[in-house]
Amino acid sequence: MIRFIDIYKSYDNGTKALKGISMRIDDGEFVFLVGPSGSGKSTIIKLITAEIAPNEGRLMVNGYNLNTIRPHQVPYMRRTLGVIFQDFRLIEKKSIYENLVFAMRAVGASPREIKKRIQYVLELVGLEGKADRRPDEISGGEQQRVAIARALVNNPSMIIADEPTGNLDPQRSLEIMMLLEKINELGTTVLVVTHEKELVNRFDKRVVAIENGRIISDGMGGYYDNETF
Amino acid sequence: MKHFNNIGYFFVEGFRSIFAHGLMSFAALCMIVCCLLIMGSFSLVAINLDEMWGSYEQQNEFLAFVDESYSEEEAKALQSSIEAVPNVAEVTFMSKTEAKDEFAADKDENELFESLPDTVFRDRYRIHVVNLEQLEQTVEQVRQIPGIVNITAAPEIAEGFVVVRNIASGVALILVVTLLLVSLFIITNTIRLATFNRRDEIAIMKMCGATNSFVRWPFVFEGLIIGLFGAVLAFFLQWGIYELIARAIAGSDTIQLITMLPFKRLAGRVMAIFAGTGFVIGVGGSILAIRRFLQV
Repeated sequence: MIRFIDIYKSYDNGTKALKGISMRIDDGEFVFLVGPSGSGKSTIIKLITAEIAPNEGRLMVNGYNLNTIRPHQVPYMRRTLGVIFQDFRLIEKKSIYENLVFAMRAVGASPREIKKRIQYVLELVGLEGKADRRPDEISGGEQQRVAIARALVNNPSMIIADEPTGNLDPQRSLEIMMLLEKINELGTTVLVVTHEKELVNRFDKRVVAIENGRIISDGMGGYYDNETF
Repeated sequence: MKHFNNIGYFFVEGFRSIFAHGLMSFAALCMIVCCLLIMGSFSLVAINLDEMWGSYEQQNEFLAFVDESYSEEEAKALQSSIEAVPNVAEVTFMSKTEAKDEFAADKDENELFESLPDTVFRDRYRIHVVNLEQLEQTVEQVRQIPGIVNITAAPEIAEGFVVVRNIASGVALILVVTLLLVSLFIITNTIRLATFNRRDEIAIMKMCGATNSFVRWPFVFEGLIIGLFGAVLAFFLQWGIYELIARAIAGSDTIQLITMLPFKRLAGRVMAIFAGTGFVIGVGGSILAIRRFLQV
């Protein structure tokens, strides 16, 4: 569960990224966070992953109070999250399998756990036959599937996808979104940050719209932009 | 416990990383070997000088002459007073007759001195000191003893030796510290480069929930391997160089007076110092290098 309570965030250069954000994402939800560039979406992701800290307000992520979290607790909080990036961020010199092993080793998983879990996750994302391929040998859509698999291998309670379809064509984007929907149906909370209005409108999910550091709408279905109001 | 289970992984990752940027690792290894060799060579020169100084100190002595009016028994009675002086290691009495014989023995044409009467010489004491640096004070204290009328000693020469040794030690210390810092700087930059090359991997690991220590350990192992391998390599090279120099000195007609300690007697100390230095440089350099990249 994520709770933002009256969160303010300013950067050293004076930019006021968030101006009193309050929202709650419950376990098992599928939420789109939408808004134009510079609206504060990335700042929200960075706050959730504890890369930055808020200036004001209270922030809770999966039972961790990020206002008071100690540095040594941050890795354990991050293990409750799986993060997917627009540019995939796969390690080019490693195979798909090794990319997943890498993510599991990072949290100290045993070789037995790794073997068992990776097999399951690769099947889930539909890449079971391509484990030994390297990222440059597969398509962009498949690379994003690997990134989703990597986010899932450590069995997080929440997936955060930061513009996961930004580098994909509409068909692959839809497939990725459907995969995330499937993952959500299996019980994982999903937060998708995007500005692709048409894609969002194809799913009947909760949409939180943000602009100029403020939430301008929060409701089910459709992309609520300024023109809507 | 998990870290204990991961030691194999850290080691393999560290080892792999060395070869991933082999040229830089090779450069770091060479620099560590060079630094250790220079440091080791200076240290060995210092140890040998110290040893030679020690043997010089052992041989060091001065003569204290007894008043001519004293009988031999009265002269011998002064021994306890001389022995009571601090820094005096050994006192040997030499009668007038013994002094004459020793004097005559040193001369090529002995027969010219054989007819010399004993009375030309004086009873004397041959006095060895513990610490050559305190020779001047010891001479003064012996001079104050009633019955001692003259002393032959050259404290200024001893002082000269002390000054030379202290300067040599100071220079060696400065060089060793400088070279250590240079080595640390080089290995820090090598690991920093490795860390920079893998910054994306580190960011992914951190985002997956890796702890700082988990991220740090492979780099620490990398530095450790380079440092220790450099130490072993430097040790054998040092051994070879030392033996070559020792043989050259032994075979030379002009510098035979210099005696070098056998390397086997120093090997344990050299290996321990090299391994310790390699460890400190390797591990210390890695920790310094990676600190910045853990802020994700």
